[in-house]
Amino acid sequence: MREAREPRYGRAAFLTLLGGGLSSLWWAGKVSGFVSPITSSVSQLLGNLFPVGGWRIYTISGSMPIFDPASWRLEIGGLVERPHAFTYDELLALPRAHQVSDFHCVTGWTVRDVHWGGVRFSHLLDAVRPLPQAKAIRFDSLEFAYNDSLTLEQLRRHDVMLALAMDGKPLTRPHGSPARVVIPEMYGYKGVKWLAKMTLVAHEPTGYWEQLGYDQDAWVGHSNGYGSS
Amino acid sequence: MATGRASSGRIVRWSRTERALHWVHAAAFCTLLGSGLCLYLPSLEEWVGRRPLLKHIHVYTAAAWAVAIVLVLALGDRRSLRRTLGELDRLEPDGRMNRRQQLNTIATGAFAVLFAVSGFLLWYGERDTRFRFASTLLVHDWLMYVSFLLFLGHLFYALILPSTRHSLNGMTRGWVREEWAERRHPEWVAALRSDTD
Repeated sequence: MREAREPRYGRAAFLTLLGGGLSSLWWAGKVSGFVSPITSSVSQLLGNLFPVGGWRIYTISGSMPIFDPASWRLEIGGLVERPHAFTYDELLALPRAHQVSDFHCVTGWTVRDVHWGGVRFSHLLDAVRPLPQAKAIRFDSLEFAYNDSLTLEQLRRHDVMLALAMDGKPLTRPHGSPARVVIPEMYGYKGVKWLAKMTLVAHEPTGYWEQLGYDQDAWVGHSNGYGSS
Repeated sequence: MATGRASSGRIVRWSRTERALHWVHAAAFCTLLGSGLCLYLPSLEEWVGRRPLLKHIHVYTAAAWAVAIVLVLALGDRRSLRRTLGELDRLEPDGRMNRRQQLNTIATGAFAVLFAVSGFLLWYGERDTRFRFASTLLVHDWLMYVSFLLFLGHLFYALILPSTRHSLNGMTRGWVREEWAERRHPEWVAALRSDTD
């Protein structure tokens, strides 16, 4: 019989893999950040074959809403002087803004340097004239029951926009066509996709994910268990 | 059922318990890979839709996999499994597996544990934010990539390459042809003969 004293290479290999894998829960993020220039160029290549591109698409209802330019409206109402329902063409006619910003998801993935095109919220608000008591906006998605909110103060940040285009093309269905909220400093769940309705309110309501325990202010790196807060 | 010579010209390679373990894992892996990719790749997601259903399939398959593995271990022939573990531990190609197969088995075992841990954290992190780590999804993804490559290699040897694909018979019916085993695994056959002679 060959027993005991022989080297246990198999066990060592198993435990090394296991230990390496478990510890990677701590180091994978750092390594991924370090090698991301390489992996992102690879995923760019792959992205031309399969539309991955680093994005993951989440829905809560299971099917992505379909955008029909003829019937779609962006209703803006609530505490405003002149409620208005914008058509897609009306939105396209507003002054256009462009920006490049990173997109962070609360589940840990990031897409860097996303080119957004769209309109600043100030142009929309100017059209409907918020009342003085309006302090926040509730965003409702065409995807029923998904909603979230931002304060008017947050909405005035320089890089917050209602995006209509991504990487030079109109928003695609997975990315929230025809319009989605973009607030780069916050995690993606604040950026309501397939936007259908904006309601100005006096107090910030609790959104879909917030009711499930996510933070109201989803600052990247300082909320939802990340960072020091 | 012990390994060794069975009826003439055939050698028993895998016990019923070992085969059960293999096929439970294989079925769960394929279901999890399929449902996982539909959740992961935007193009597939868009095409399939029905995300909550896929998520349920993914999560319940994972739970069923864990239960089935425990059941096989509890009810099966553990002696045959211990012998296989011994072979893997020695990492010597004197048993039923060559070194590549042994390393594949060891990696598959380790990855199964890592998939289970990271998958559990993904699931539980949605319920308790203290268990949501930035790297969990990354680790689960990387495991998928590596396992997918291993899986493709495994399929190539088991289904396509003519000189090795007879080994599939060992995992489906339990036995392999003696002359094939002599060619592919001479140390194993020699060891069997020295045991019985």
